[in-house]
Amino acid sequence: MPKANKLVTSALLNSHQAEILQQWMRRLKEDGALESGRIRESELQAQCSDFLSKLRDALAKGSNDIDGADFAPVRAVLTDLSSSRATQGFSPRETAMFVFSLKPALFDAAQKHADGDAASTMEANWQTGLMLDRLGLFTTEAYQKTRETLIVRQQQEIAELSTPVIKLWDGILALPLIGTLDSQRTQVVMENLLESIVAQGATMAIIDITGVPTVDTLTAQHLLKTVAAARLMGADCILSGIRPQIAQTMVHLGVELNMVSKATLADAFSVALARQGRIVTKRRTANNNSAEG
Amino acid sequence: MVDRIPILKLGDVLLVTIQVDMHDQIATALEEDLTARIVSSSARGVLIDISALEIVDSFIGRMLDNIAAISRILDADTVVVGMRPAVAITLVELGLTLSGVKTALDVDRGMALIRRRDESAVDDADDSD
Repeated sequence: MPKANKLVTSALLNSHQAEILQQWMRRLKEDGALESGRIRESELQAQCSDFLSKLRDALAKGSNDIDGADFAPVRAVLTDLSSSRATQGFSPRETAMFVFSLKPALFDAAQKHADGDAASTMEANWQTGLMLDRLGLFTTEAYQKTRETLIVRQQQEIAELSTPVIKLWDGILALPLIGTLDSQRTQVVMENLLESIVAQGATMAIIDITGVPTVDTLTAQHLLKTVAAARLMGADCILSGIRPQIAQTMVHLGVELNMVSKATLADAFSVALARQGRIVTKRRTANNNSAEG
Repeated sequence: MVDRIPILKLGDVLLVTIQVDMHDQIATALEEDLTARIVSSSARGVLIDISALEIVDSFIGRMLDNIAAISRILDADTVVVGMRPAVAITLVELGLTLSGVKTALDVDRGMALIRRRDESAVDDADDSD
């Protein structure tokens, strides 16, 4: 019985595809699918007619199961569509309405061209409705998945971006930290720093916390861990960029950082140079004069 | 028969390069051998190269600490060199910061560290004269 009903819908799609497509487009437009300006009418029409032909082919095979192999092309079209809409910034509702607005279009067509008795038309509509609901859910799910991968990728990019390791001089690295330090970021920071220490053969590392908004006991612990790990590899760390308010907060919280700390990156850099036996001096004026004269 | 890690003598420095996966027996054997060797060769420094060591546990970490403490009693400096980032992170997470051990990036710098200590000791002796 369900198979026969499927064939009714399939036959309907076969004979009246153009009409259904027109109705569907009308309903989509009524729903405001084109108002956002993110998609052109011709593009939407192409997507709709592509979906309809794929759906017709799948139904012609007599299948009823949208998870089955016969529906694979339909699912592929929907997955493509949902992921492209997710990246274009459509809302989940707009994406799901693509499938749901086909339902009234199909029902109208069935009503108009019904050749059987009312009960069998009803049954066919019922089956089609169920199928379209499931396809709509599938669309939403695909949309959600795309959004989730997008969020994960952005998180990774933020984590990568915010932890550059800069070479200041032979054997001197700087690690400007920006943003709140949580355990996960500390892990990334620590790994980046240690890898760079090995790669550059650095003996000094300056950790600059100018961009860290607050330093609590947990942040301090993370900093200490990083410093301890760097020391184990044979590099000394200097902490710099402690803003006045942060220094006050740290003292009030009773946070103890047992490491060399300097107020600014410049101070820390000169300490690092001095430890390597280098000094920075101004060129003598006499030389300048003789060079000019 | 327990595998043993060879101990090389370079001047008055003992060089140990760990190139196998350390397990507890090897670690204990190394500790014994090294202690005996420091005494017999009256070494001034011990250089432990762990650049090939990929896996550490708390036992190995403690062994490094022990070796450093023993060497200090026998008036030799211990320098651990070439620790890998992953190993360093593991040790820190285990709460082993090896505070009694000196560290350097590679064997070259480790040697320099031991020499510098020797030189400063000589300087001190000169000053006291």
